[in-house]
Amino acid sequence: MNEDFPTVPFKTHGGAEVPHRKNTAQAESVVLPPPEQVVLPMQQHVGPPLTPTVKVGDHVLIGQKIADSDAFVSAPIHASISGNVSAFKKVSLAGGQVQNAVVIDSDGKMEISPEVQPPKIESKDDFLKAVHASGLVGLGGAGFPTYVKLTVPKGKNVDTLIINVAECEPYITSDNRCALEDTEKAFTGIRAVQKWLDIHRVIIGVESNKPDVIEKLNQVLAESKETRDGEIHLLKLRSRYPQGAEKILIQSCTGRRVPMGGLPADVGCIVMNITSAARLGDYLTTGMPLTTKRVTIDGSAIQEPKNVIVPIGTNIRTIIDFCGGYKEPPKKILMGGPMMGISIASDELPVVKQNNGIICLGEQEAHKMEPTACIRCGRCVSGCPMNLMPTLLEKYAAAKRVDMLKKLSVMDCMECGTCAFNCPAGRPLVQAIRLGKAMVKAEGKKK
Amino acid sequence: MKEKLIVSSSPHIHNGTTTHKIMLDVILALVPAVVASVILFGPRALLLIFVSIAACVVSEYICRKVMKRENTIGDLSAVVTGLLLALNLPVSINPLIAAFGGVIAIVVVKQMFGGIGQNFVNPALAARIILLNSFPKDMTTWTQPFSYKYVDAITTASPLGLLKQGAPVSQLPSLLNMFVGDRAGCLGETCTLALLLGGIYLVARKVISPVIPLCYLGTAAVLSACMGRNVLIDLLSGGLMLGAIFMATDYTTSPMTVKGQIIYAIGCGVVTMLIRNFGNLPEGVSYAIVLMNILVPLIDSGTRPVAFGKEPSKNET
Repeated sequence: MNEDFPTVPFKTHGGAEVPHRKNTAQAESVVLPPPEQVVLPMQQHVGPPLTPTVKVGDHVLIGQKIADSDAFVSAPIHASISGNVSAFKKVSLAGGQVQNAVVIDSDGKMEISPEVQPPKIESKDDFLKAVHASGLVGLGGAGFPTYVKLTVPKGKNVDTLIINVAECEPYITSDNRCALEDTEKAFTGIRAVQKWLDIHRVIIGVESNKPDVIEKLNQVLAESKETRDGEIHLLKLRSRYPQGAEKILIQSCTGRRVPMGGLPADVGCIVMNITSAARLGDYLTTGMPLTTKRVTIDGSAIQEPKNVIVPIGTNIRTIIDFCGGYKEPPKKILMGGPMMGISIASDELPVVKQNNGIICLGEQEAHKMEPTACIRCGRCVSGCPMNLMPTLLEKYAAAKRVDMLKKLSVMDCMECGTCAFNCPAGRPLVQAIRLGKAMVKAEGKKK
Repeated sequence: MKEKLIVSSSPHIHNGTTTHKIMLDVILALVPAVVASVILFGPRALLLIFVSIAACVVSEYICRKVMKRENTIGDLSAVVTGLLLALNLPVSINPLIAAFGGVIAIVVVKQMFGGIGQNFVNPALAARIILLNSFPKDMTTWTQPFSYKYVDAITTASPLGLLKQGAPVSQLPSLLNMFVGDRAGCLGETCTLALLLGGIYLVARKVISPVIPLCYLGTAAVLSACMGRNVLIDLLSGGLMLGAIFMATDYTTSPMTVKGQIIYAIGCGVVTMLIRNFGNLPEGVSYAIVLMNILVPLIDSGTRPVAFGKEPSKNET
């Protein structure tokens, strides 16, 4: 067939053999019973916060837009349940930042707004507008608005769409379940991007630890009568963390290396998460914007691990209770997976668009080893997918040597955690690198 | 919620490897060499090993106490140093000299520079060199293997010593005897078989990468051939195997990148063979490794990896 499609992934540097712990991979997702209240923070994307378009006391229906912004880098937010806007309040988000939020009290009816109508698309502009209106952001974790991603900068030529089904974080299986349960929707989304952005090569990257996903997607492609499905190919990737990181995925699938500080479009690629593709497909067929998320609830402190489909803004505690509550007192609760997730101070936070998992660690799992002296073993260096020297970055961050931090490309670190995961001395390398980045940013502002 | 939650930086899991476990692996990898040394040189070998380890551990404990630092004897690195030092001594040496070596290794070479991870040369090797210069006769008196069974142990020259004196190859032990360790030499260096077993174990456990041993031995073999020497005798004699597998691979004193490790290991091989062929000393492994240890910071700064996406070559688009 087309020799442009790789049959084996290209080589990448470093990485780690993280435990899989995909306990929820085989279980059908369940829908959470309608919650009594949702809290929708005004910033669920990379970019400036939104302004509410509703008032306290307004009655809203599912799919109705409640907040928007004029900024290019933004994504509107929609009501995820029907009911009354009861308050605007400040909530603290996972990272500790405080943000305005719209609170909706449920009327228990879960009525869908008449606004929810399939968009009419006749041109590329219509398509991009629809992507914006869908409220989609990168659902792999970063929260980069999807329509910004799909708006290819002038002068860049994108020839490859990569669909990310690597899902390399331990525990998390929401993309895995999406690929199995929402296969048709995902292909609708992929075909739309293919058509309107005129891309002739689509590579779906799946880690080898998901044979059922590979089988299912291949089966759909084999039976498909869509004319351009011949341009969609599946690539089995090594199950090696951080396979799903954008730059690593691009390298695995195409052999291209995104230049430092550059975007995937610089090497002719667009990367979309399978969940983003499926939600886009859903929006294009039904007009339902992003109002629910599939989140993996797991970890040693969880009674019944499962994938739950929840309205965005649902209190995490409500979802955990739905999963049988805690098996043992949680010591650490993570938004996201154990490698890159953010540990949160309370289980009373709302689920936001980027969330794909809530992982609750019990006493033993949350235990962190005491750091000892670096023995210069080089595991952080040989493991770094970005080819950095984490141990040196840690030392220079401690010495506040901004010049050396810059020279050693501290800003290029994607904080995947491979170095600290592998470190036999238990050095807090990622934490030190974050401090180093903050120093570099602070100095940049001074000038 | 009532429970207090831990908030900390990602990652939140760890692969379980610790310095302690790595050192334990090194000790396990040295067990065949220890067993071989006892078989070849008798129970006195055990005495020396015990004294050397005890001297290292006790001096590390006292050092940390005096410096008011957290105690690090639990990481077993002092045990490894003591064990390696003992394996680098001749069996006939006075145990007090072995103990002195242990104190030098830990106090002067390791702790004075800040302890584990901070020493710039291999403690066991630096101590061995100091002993070699302080007690040259004791450090080069070799005993014939198995002769401990007789009333008077037979002293003899090491194969490299014989070669240095111009003896023909026919006077040396056979290659098979040298491979299993039946030749004069330090406690742990003679039995190549045991050392190889340990090396394979370390590589299999991913404690070391084979880069340094292979490049070191490869360079030594090539140079030996170029110098018209007997390659196999060179590989099987002196401390080359022990040095290449266990000493040159010390994390703290070897480069962190593969490129750096190749340069370093080739350097070790070159210096070893230069000393063996042109120097007054019959053997040069200790000096070669320590010399290259000193160059490691330079090698490291010269072989920094190019960060992802900073490569000079143009990306294909």
